[in-house]
Order: sequence, then C-alpha cells, then structure tokens
Amino acid sequence: MSDFIQAKNLKFSYINEIEEPPVRTEVLKDINLEIHKGEFVAVLGHNGSGKSTLAKCFNAINIPESGTVTVNGLDTKDEDNLLEIRKTAGMVFQNPDNQIVATIVEEDVAFALENMGVEPNEIRKRVDEALKTVGMYEYREHAPHKLSGGQKQRVAIAGVIAMQPECILLDEPTAMLDPKGRAEVMKTIKQLNREHGVTIVLITHYMEEAAQADRIVVIDSGDIVMDNVPKKVFSQVSTLKNLGLDVPQVTQLAYGLKKAGYDISTEIITEDECVEALERILADA
Amino acid sequence: MAVIKTENLSYVYGEGTPFRKIAVDNVNIEIEEGEFVGVIGHTGSGKSTLIQHFNGLLRPTSGKVFVDGEELWKDKSKLRALRFKVGLVFQYPEYQLFEETVYKDIAFGPTNMGLSRDEIDRRVRETARMVGLSPSLLEKSPFDLSGGQKRRVAIAGVMAMEPKVLILDEPASGLDPKGREQILGLIRDYHKTTRNTILLISHSMEDVAKHSSKILVMNNAQVFCYDTPQRVFHRANELEQMGLAVPQITRVFNRLKARGISIDEDVYTVDFGRKLLLERLKKE
Repeated sequence: MSDFIQAKNLKFSYINEIEEPPVRTEVLKDINLEIHKGEFVAVLGHNGSGKSTLAKCFNAINIPESGTVTVNGLDTKDEDNLLEIRKTAGMVFQNPDNQIVATIVEEDVAFALENMGVEPNEIRKRVDEALKTVGMYEYREHAPHKLSGGQKQRVAIAGVIAMQPECILLDEPTAMLDPKGRAEVMKTIKQLNREHGVTIVLITHYMEEAAQADRIVVIDSGDIVMDNVPKKVFSQVSTLKNLGLDVPQVTQLAYGLKKAGYDISTEIITEDECVEALERILADA
Repeated sequence: MAVIKTENLSYVYGEGTPFRKIAVDNVNIEIEEGEFVGVIGHTGSGKSTLIQHFNGLLRPTSGKVFVDGEELWKDKSKLRALRFKVGLVFQYPEYQLFEETVYKDIAFGPTNMGLSRDEIDRRVRETARMVGLSPSLLEKSPFDLSGGQKRRVAIAGVMAMEPKVLILDEPASGLDPKGREQILGLIRDYHKTTRNTILLISHSMEDVAKHSSKILVMNNAQVFCYDTPQRVFHRANELEQMGLAVPQITRVFNRLKARGISIDEDVYTVDFGRKLLLERLKKE
C-alpha cells in the first residue's frame, strides 16, 4: 500500500434540494490523485475551485458521487470504515473559534479522545504530548477564548493530533491569523511532518506557505491542472495568474528580471535562493 | 486638516473587575484628509478597539476623539450626524446582509440618513457600479449571490452613505489572490475617485505596502508609529519583535544590504525592487 490516500475517477456534486427540481452543481469532475505516506502536499485553487470539497472527500465528510477514495486502503463509501478513516485523517478548519468546544485548553484537546472511549490515563498522556508538540503545554489550564488566534489554532491542531492520526488535512488554517500566528502554525505543521512523519494536506491562499511543501496540487473548476514540486509549479507565473492564483514575491521578482533579459532562474521560491541569485547577478554586472 | 484626531485617548475593558485590561493607552494621532492608511498590529494590539472609537461605537474611558474637527461626545445631539461621516466595514461583512434584495440592502444606510428617493437611487446605482455589481443583480436576493459578490454588496452599502472616512477591517480575508486584488483594487479606485480617507486594517504586509500612503502600527495598546510605508518597513527588526513582519521582498533587500551590497533605498514592493535592480544593472 504505497498510496496512502488515493482518489480514482472521483466525481462529486452538491445537490440543492430546496429548488424544484433539485439543482446539481458539479464540483469535482474526474479527480485522480495519489498522496503518499509522509508527504507534505499543498493544494491551491481559487475560491470555488473545489479544493475544500476535495479535502473533505479525504476524511469521508464528502462521499464520492462516483469513483472511489481510499484512505490507508479503506474505502470512504463503506460506512463501517467511517470511524477508522476519521481517526486516520483529522481535519483542521479556518476559524479556530468554530472548532473549540471546551472552556479549558486541555479539556478541549481531550474532547475527541473522551468520545472515542480512550482510557483516562492514556488521555492524560496523549493530551500532554499533543500540547507539548504544538508548544501550548504551559497554557493547558487557560481559557481558550483568551488566547491569540495562532494559539487557538494550535490548540485545535493539538485536538487533532491527540487522536494520533497518520494524516492531517488543514483547510486554510492561517487565513484569520496575524503574521506571527501564521508563522507559529506553519512551524507546527512542518514539525509534525518532518519529525513525526505525519502526512499533511494543506489548503492555502498564501503562496509563501505552499512554497514550503514537498508538492503542490493546483485545482481549477474541479480538475487537477498542475501537480508538481513547488519550484516547477511557481515557475509557471502567467499560468498561475490566469488561474486566479499568484506566486511568492521572490519568484515574481526573478520572473521580472528574466523577462528583462537577465540570466536568473525562474525556479526561485525561497528568500535564500533569491538573495544568492541577486548577489550573483549584481557581482557579474 | 485632520479628519480624525484623538487626544490622550484611552479605553479600558472591564474597569473595576479582575479582568481589567487597557486596550487603548493614551493614543494621540492625527489622520489627514484623503490619506490611504494601512493599519497593522498583532492580534490583541488594540487596533480594532481604536478604530471603533472613530465612529463612536465605543466611548473613550478618557481622552477625546475629533471627527472632521468636531469632538465626538461633546454634544450628543450631533453624534448621529458625525457617525454618518465615518463608515465602518467589519470583517466578513457578508454575514450582515439581511434585506430581500441587493438594492434594498445597499439602500439601507442612505435611507436611514433620510435622503430623498432620487438621491438614494443615484447612490445605490453608483456604488453598485463602483464595486463591480451588474445592474441585473440589484433585484436579486443577496443570499443567492456568491461569497465574493455578497462581500461587495456589504461594502457598497457602507460606501453608499458617502462617508468622509471609510474604515475596512480585513476586507480581503478568506479570498484567493485574484479576489484579494479585485477587492483591494476597487477600494483603491474608490479612493482615487472620491479622495475620501481610507483606513484599511490588514494582516497582509504585502497588501498594506502596496496600497497605503501611510501606515499606522499598533502595539500593546499604543501607537508604535504612524509614517510612510518606506519608513515603517525600514524598522523591520522592531516589527518582527512585535509579531508583525515586513513584506518578503523587503527581507530580501535587507539581506542583500547586510551582505555589503549598497542599496540606498528601502524596497517594499516587487515593482519597485525590480525597477531598482534594472536601473542598477544597466548602469554597470
């Protein structure tokens, strides 16, 4: 089982049954995608492109209309698999305030474990570990509503990792955060991936965040239109802009210099690479 | 003349309780008419509390607020008229739509101002056009529109009151890059056409750098600085220490400088950085 999450000819539509006759909106057309264990995949696409719908297919919130999705070999269509799939692939949403249920941080993190019927001693252990992993252990007895946005989002992530999932799906987890909060959450995500081997699927509108992934999948009108390493994806500046997306500022700068005739790589996506390249061009001139 | 001015403005939440917190601490600021001001600050820095004083949603614990030269809480009978001068668009304003049609929703503010029917009609149509809503949408229910369209309706509803000062709290949050550019572009066009003052609250340093003529930085309930983008982002280290950042492009040029490459100017947009590099490369 090399492919941890697998979508085969996945089709999905939303059906509005209030209208008469019901209105069907096709969101995912024919998605074929394999995500490997331990991978860090960023998913890009404009609003309404179908990326959140796709992520919800990965933990059986959405069930395919046709085609199949398997998570760790388990078919999401089979209701008997539901609990196991949800334990395997946990989800973090955009607004931390909508995800926090308890009045004390550690109780919030323990919420899912209690529902799963985990032993109290084991709960204690897992909650402490999860809070330490996201750097919120000192705040375990605090009230969540008094935390900053970045801290709340890390508590939400702790609640998911306490279930010890093999994969975490994050739907724009930094959209409502300030720069420091965004940096904290990204650091936590990368650490979970690199040190704990957790598979990450990150939906984001921030290109600098996507640049940190191993791989980027671009969705447009329910189809996968690009699937490659960040360097290759971001080098297609005009294609991305036509899709309503963007590139990191450093990529944009390199692209502008290249167009003006200077010898600079269009595969620059990090600050380090950009500084090196500019230093070289300025020295050559 | 300053269109917004504060004198020793302070605001305390939960006075007399164990949860007492100073949210705005002795703020003195003067915002000139016609500026496009970016407002930045970490979560909890006091920026939302501060701007809620500008149209009298909050009453200062101490100190004064002046709008268009008049003190806001001096004469309560004037408060309503002064409030009409400062329009506030909250975060995710699309959740505040409530009318049966787009037209009625945009007309709500102007109607409350007691304007004539003709004037209301002119304003509704003009602002709808300004935010890029086609006339055919005006008779639709706002709840049948897409998220981006709903947000435009909500912004148009405030613009239709023609406030001298328009304050927007994260108007582009949750939108994709193109949607962001569209919303910020229409705010920029509105600013160009009307020359009214804009206050744009944002967590995106890149957006603030690109659109503002001045930046107001809040930190720990105080104004850290109020200056041009160039001079604000010049203080990169201090901004990072207070949980903010500078645009990625500014970090790159700062690192080049640190490596001994002499660059006189501060760079905070990609366009300016490219121009600077191209000029320099041509010269050599």
